[in-house]
Amino acid sequence: MNHDTPYDGLADEHGDDHRWAFGTGFTDPLEGVDTSVPDGVDAPALAAYCLMLGDDALIYSHRLQQWMTRLPELEEETAIANVALDLLGQARMLLARAGTIDGRTEDELAYFRDEPQFRNVRLVEPIDRDFAELVGRLLIFSTWRLALFEQLGNSRDPVLAAIAGKGVKELTYHRDYAAQWVVRLGDGTALSKQRMQAALHAIWPLVDELFRTHPVETALPSVAAAADRRDVDAVLDTVLATAGLDRPDAAALAGVGGRTGRDGVHTEAMGYVLAELQSIARAHPDATW
Amino acid sequence: MVNELASGPEVSGSAARTGAARQGVSAWTVAAETPDPELPTLTLADLGILRDVSEAGDTVVATITPTYSGCPAMREMSQDLRHRLQRAGFRDVQVRTRLAPAWSSDWITAEGRAKLSAAGIAPPTGAARSAGPIPLTLGRPAAVTCPRCGSVRTTQTAAFSATACKALHRCADCREPFEAVKPI
Repeated sequence: MNHDTPYDGLADEHGDDHRWAFGTGFTDPLEGVDTSVPDGVDAPALAAYCLMLGDDALIYSHRLQQWMTRLPELEEETAIANVALDLLGQARMLLARAGTIDGRTEDELAYFRDEPQFRNVRLVEPIDRDFAELVGRLLIFSTWRLALFEQLGNSRDPVLAAIAGKGVKELTYHRDYAAQWVVRLGDGTALSKQRMQAALHAIWPLVDELFRTHPVETALPSVAAAADRRDVDAVLDTVLATAGLDRPDAAALAGVGGRTGRDGVHTEAMGYVLAELQSIARAHPDATW
Repeated sequence: MVNELASGPEVSGSAARTGAARQGVSAWTVAAETPDPELPTLTLADLGILRDVSEAGDTVVATITPTYSGCPAMREMSQDLRHRLQRAGFRDVQVRTRLAPAWSSDWITAEGRAKLSAAGIAPPTGAARSAGPIPLTLGRPAAVTCPRCGSVRTTQTAAFSATACKALHRCADCREPFEAVKPI
């Protein structure tokens, strides 16, 4: 295979040996896994629930990827790249799980839904304004998701239980990484402490939403799971105490007529994330490379 | 594949390994020698990624498990397995994913650990943990033995590295940086 430039090679037909890029026939992440829905489980609700958890990971992964090349040290670049990759993997499996129920592919779900059809919590939408917001949001997100996934490992849906069982190991690393940075900044200089405290204050209004029970979850007894807020608070309080930071006292961000991220009502930031995530796939819907 | 998610971590039995051999070589042996795309000195069997190989006549079903949810090498592994088995004469090869139980670094074999050390990568410490909530780690993790000089005077410099499965460390005695496979 001779080419004038290495880039020419990218345009070749690779037969079975596709590159990893949109439109090139990703391997189904659930290939060979039994995806039948257990008896007595509300299948549309299960699909909606998988979308919720998958969208949390997909949107947050994209936000973390936007940090690439902007982090203060190479070690933090590799850390955040790895966290984003783990979450993207979780998102792919969860979207694929939703898709096995309602007949859509993971690509259709990721690239061709509009904003009101996304079910992620609003915590994952805003762009981090500094490194303190990055590690503060990651601490809250990973602590909550780890507590949730520990429960979800016992789900009656074996696919969801398997995805959660795998995610628990990854989220443990994410939480430790974020917690260690929150302590380092909180227990660092006067400036780092002030900025860490300000970051937590900015993020805190989005925490309450994580613990609201959505009707989709109520429709899935022993399939859906919830993070126990006391468990999450215990971890956060330990980190804050070690860091010498105060637990913010900020009112929860209201929804619109009570509707929030899980209902498809998002913050202003969401449109910008989706524009970046989806524009290429939508401009070239049949593209392969 | 009804029981795929619930089945244990061991291969489905010696029958799977010693079944209809081709030219004296079983499908398990062929599949087990497939190198890992990211750690090519190790095989998929060394890493505990290859979970099961069953053969019936010309048909082989190989089952692999991802090390991490976002492991970008799953597709490469799947293709490598298919090509190797087809070259060995198995015409119909299927590669399947198994998600549960989730891969653990404890599944890396003794031979795999020796190969990691020889390649300058510290093998993982034990990953098994007791039941109950997962504890938060705020301090530095336990020191890993340097794969070059054997010193335990090492420190972790980063919890993540160039691939999902490794962390970065530094040895205070031989002064070399090295990678270690993370216990998960």
